[in-house]
Parts: sequence; structure tokens; C-alpha cells
Amino acid sequence: MPANVSIRDVSRSFGAFRALDRVSLEIPAGELVALLGPSGSGKTTLLRIIAGLDSADSGQVLINGADTMQRPPRDRGVGFVFQHYALFRHMTVAENIAFGLRVRPRSSRPDKADIKRRVAALLELVQLGPLAGRYPSQLSGGQRQRVALARALAVEPRLLLLDEPFGALDTKVRRELGQWLRELHHGVAVTSVLVTHDQEEALELADRIVLMSHGKVEQIGTPTEIYAQPATPFVLEFLGEANRIACRLIGARLEAVDALGHSLGHVEGRLAPAGEVALFVRPHDLALVPHPAGAAVIRHIKVTGAFAKIDAMLGAKPITAMLPFHRLSDSGLSVGMRVDPLVEHGTVFGASAADGKARPLRVSHLAPCAAS
Amino acid sequence: MRKTGRVWTIVMIAGALTFMVLFLLLPLITVFAQAFAAGLPGYLAALADPNAVSAIRLTLIVAGFALAVNVVFGLGASWCIARFRFPGRTMLLTMLDLPFSVSPVVGGLMLVLLYGRQGWFGPWLEAHHVKIIFALPGMIIATVFVTLPFVARELIPLMEEQGAEEEEAAILLGASGLQMFLRITLPKLRWGLLYGVLLSNARAMGEFGAVSVVSGNILGLTDTMSLDVKALYDDYNIVASFTVASLLAMLALVTLVAKVVLERQFQAESREARA
Repeated sequence: MPANVSIRDVSRSFGAFRALDRVSLEIPAGELVALLGPSGSGKTTLLRIIAGLDSADSGQVLINGADTMQRPPRDRGVGFVFQHYALFRHMTVAENIAFGLRVRPRSSRPDKADIKRRVAALLELVQLGPLAGRYPSQLSGGQRQRVALARALAVEPRLLLLDEPFGALDTKVRRELGQWLRELHHGVAVTSVLVTHDQEEALELADRIVLMSHGKVEQIGTPTEIYAQPATPFVLEFLGEANRIACRLIGARLEAVDALGHSLGHVEGRLAPAGEVALFVRPHDLALVPHPAGAAVIRHIKVTGAFAKIDAMLGAKPITAMLPFHRLSDSGLSVGMRVDPLVEHGTVFGASAADGKARPLRVSHLAPCAAS
Repeated sequence: MRKTGRVWTIVMIAGALTFMVLFLLLPLITVFAQAFAAGLPGYLAALADPNAVSAIRLTLIVAGFALAVNVVFGLGASWCIARFRFPGRTMLLTMLDLPFSVSPVVGGLMLVLLYGRQGWFGPWLEAHHVKIIFALPGMIIATVFVTLPFVARELIPLMEEQGAEEEEAAILLGASGLQMFLRITLPKLRWGLLYGVLLSNARAMGEFGAVSVVSGNILGLTDTMSLDVKALYDDYNIVASFTVASLLAMLALVTLVAKVVLERQFQAESREARA
């Protein structure tokens, strides 16, 4: 049975540094949840507290409804995977995987043949059968992490905790292993909590993302929810590059402040915040249209593989647009050219007139603005 | 330019070699030459002398006790220092170096001042018929004092480098504290521990100053090998003196070889760990 975890008002300080500040969180049984955030956001501390490797100053961690604070880590039914694998260096792959079974008290320890059979099955699962007799130092990073996973799964945990498991691996291996982990998670009855600072990894793998910053939860939601409706500017910027353009709202019209009233778009919905706001536009949602009297000037055009990256100055403000590489030549853009920025999709955070709460507001697609 | 450079290299190597031969190799050869001055029978006879036998036995006992204390203390101290941050930690680290910086004779003297007849605890000890100075316990304490840093000094950097993640992994996999220590911590540290034990053994068996102060040099009773060498030499019993000295010299050679072997193991392992 996979476990559900309930975190209530957990705080933890290291000296003057507040690593966790009254964090509350529900992790439903069977889900793969990503704790996402920059370093120092408290995500690893939270994971270690769930595991029992660290303890909270205040608050509760309930696993399947039972308070774990008094329980030693070994009784929590938790599997833990470390960023740097933490494999036992003096044991072979097979011995590493068997460890959790061999240290059980005699009454609950499987017999030798049974342990051997289970180790073989796990080696099969992580596709490392031929390497059973090797030592960790003789394996590649990806292989080591798979051994670490098999070792954690050997004790049949209800809860699998992974601390930046792919952090030390190169991009290609990280992708493969991530997908493999996702399949594995859905094949085994387990709840998984994955700590990562890589937003793509979290968006790709997790059923649910918990975005953390400065010891607090910024937003909880499915990858789609979080990406489409970021709760705060922090969430939006953490999930990917975005231009931040200072704007004035006049009615439903959005004007760039430092480009002398150049119109960027219309805000959707009737409840538009008034006054000065920040408009967030992802580079691929920003189009640049050549215009002799355009508000922006192109500075650089860089090709980064599938995309062309175009840096321009909107008044004194640098902005970045991206378009698929194959469309670069059709667009007719070149360095030094004057262009009109066209916001195809943007987000404004502001107090709505109705309830005064901060919320994202959509900026709609616009026709290129006529030079005014 | 290049030619003078080569000449210099040769001169420096020759200088170093001459130095080695004069100050290391020749003395070592002399020890064995003197020991066998009366031939093999003389050597064996000197070894069979009851005083020599008792000195060897005593040396082994003292070193054995000192090593046991060292291993326990070394593991405990390095565990505390490497794994925890606590008030007084730096103080403990500094204190650990005290035996290295204090002359062993002074170390021995401190023990006499504490446990000797006129010492702080002297009257109490005498009243309870506990004899420390001029007896085995004092010699063991003195040896422990001079060898204390070896194991801990070896283990602290090793533990800090290895970190505690493997231990955490073991606990989360269900190991008890004892299982973790025996199956993970001890095997991880084995080469460093052996290396520290080797060094403190060499020091324990060779120690003269501190032990000399507390032993009282009672022949056949509180005489270790090092003390015996001096006593025999002072009696102009050259062959016997150098016979016992040859044993210590052999111990040194064995230690050197073992040290090289351990260092190789050690380096191979940390290279692997880094790979």
C-alpha cells in the first residue's frame, strides 16, 4: 500500500537561517510529487524531515495518519535515494541491494535463497543483471543511481524519497533515467517524493509540483496548472525565462512605460488592475514585427539549436524573443532593425478591483500596433 | 645552462644519498653488526635472558593496552569531531595535539605529579593500595598519553571526506546503530584505522621518555625493551643491548613496509571513491 503524507506547520531553523517556515502540505497516496525550488528553498530539509534524518523544530509529519516524530527512521517504511548515491563502497552491487533485507531481525528476515531471488529480480528491474558482482566504483553515474534505486526498493517501502537523484548526471542520462523512474513509479505501489531544482524535470515527471522558496510553499498544483496559472511572479520566473516589462494600464490597454506609451496589448477580462504593473512575457510568446517606426531595436540574433534568440532594446529595457529557427529567414529580421514587440501571450500580476487579491491576468493576442 | 643544471641535480642527489647512508643506513647496520658481534649463539643467549624476555613481554602488554584504548578513543573522538558541531569542538581538536607538542618526559612527569606518592591523588591511591607510578598502570597511561593522537588524527579527515550518507542510507534501510557501525562505518574506515594503529604501535613500542619517568626502571619488572636497551648499554653489556635494539629496529622495518602497503591501499581506495 502506498503511503499518504501529511505535513502540518513544519518549521526548521539552522541557527539564524529559517530553512522551513510553517510548511503545510498533503501528498496523496500513489502520486509522484516533485518538491521544486532553488537551492536554499528548504526542499531537501523537508525531504530529510519526512525521512527522519532531520527533525522539525515544530509541526507534525503524518505518514498514513500516524505521527512519525517519535518513530526512528528505520521504522518509517521509507526508501531514500541520495544525490550522490551513497552506495556502500565496500560491497558489490548485489550486496548493496541485499543490505536492507540482511539487516532485518531474524524473525522477519527472508532466508538466503529468498534474498538471492529478490536481489536477482531487482537487478532485472533496474537492468543491471550482468553487473551484480561489480563494486560501485566500477559503475557509471547512471548505473550507480539505478543500484541506489534498487537498494531502496528492496525493502518494499511505502514511500520513496529521492533527493536530486539525477543532479550529478549528464543531460542525456538524466532524461532517460527520469522517464524510467516515472514508469517504475507507476509500476510499483509506492508514493514518491522527488526533490529537484530543475523545472523541466519536475514538469516532465511529476503528477504534482510543490514549488518552494525561502522555506515556504509558493504554489502547489499539477504541472499544467502551475505552468498555465503561476500564483506569483517567482513561480512564473522559476519555471522558465520571461521578459519583465514595466507597464501602465489605461483601461484595458497595456502600455510599456519606458517606450513612450507604446501599446503592447489588451488585458483580458473586465477586472483589470489599474496603474503600473509588471508584464511577464516568455520569449517564445513575444513576436517582433519589422516596422520602420517600431518601438524596439534588434541588438543580437543568436541561434541556439532549434530556436533563434533575438535580443532587442525596448527603450532602455532589454527584451528577448525566440522563434523556431526555420522561421528566422522568413521573418526578415536582422540586427539593427526597428521592430514592434507583439505580445502573443503574457501575464500581469495585480490587485483586481473585485477582491484585492493578487492574481495572474492574461494579456490577449494583439494585432501589431500601429505607430501612434 | 642545461649542463650546469644536470651537474647540480647529480650533486644534490649524491648529497641526499650520502646523508641517508651516514645517518640512517649505517646506524641501522651497526645495530645488527653489534647484535651479532658474538655470533648467533651470543644473540640467542641475549634474547633468552630472563630480563630481556620480561622486557619483551612487558612491551607487548603495554602496547596492547595502549592500542586498545587508542582504537576506542580514536573512533569515539573522531566520530564526535567529524560528525557533530558542538561547543568545545575546536578545543578538543587542539587538545588532541597536546601529546605531539609536549615533550614525552614532561608528559611522564605530569603523571608522576598527579599519581605519584607526593602527587595530587597520591595519598588517596596509597590508602587504597593502588599503585600507578613505578608500576604497569603508569606505564600504560604514559604510553596512551604519547600515542593518543595517532588514530584520531588519521580518522578525522577520513570521516569528514567520506561524509555520513552511507550511514544514513544504512539506517533508512533498517539497520540498527550497531549493525551500521559494524557493517558500514568500520569497513569504510578500515585502512585509515589500521594505519593509525600501525603508527601508534610503533610509537608505543619505541617510547622511552615518558615511560622512563614513570617506570622506575626496575629490571625484570618495569623494564620495557627501550628501557632495557639503555640499561644494558649503561652496564657495558653491548651485545645484549644491541640484541634488544635489533628487535626494535626490525619492528621499525616491518612498520615501514606495512606503512607503504597500507598507503597504497588507501590511495587506491580514495582514487576509486573519487572516480
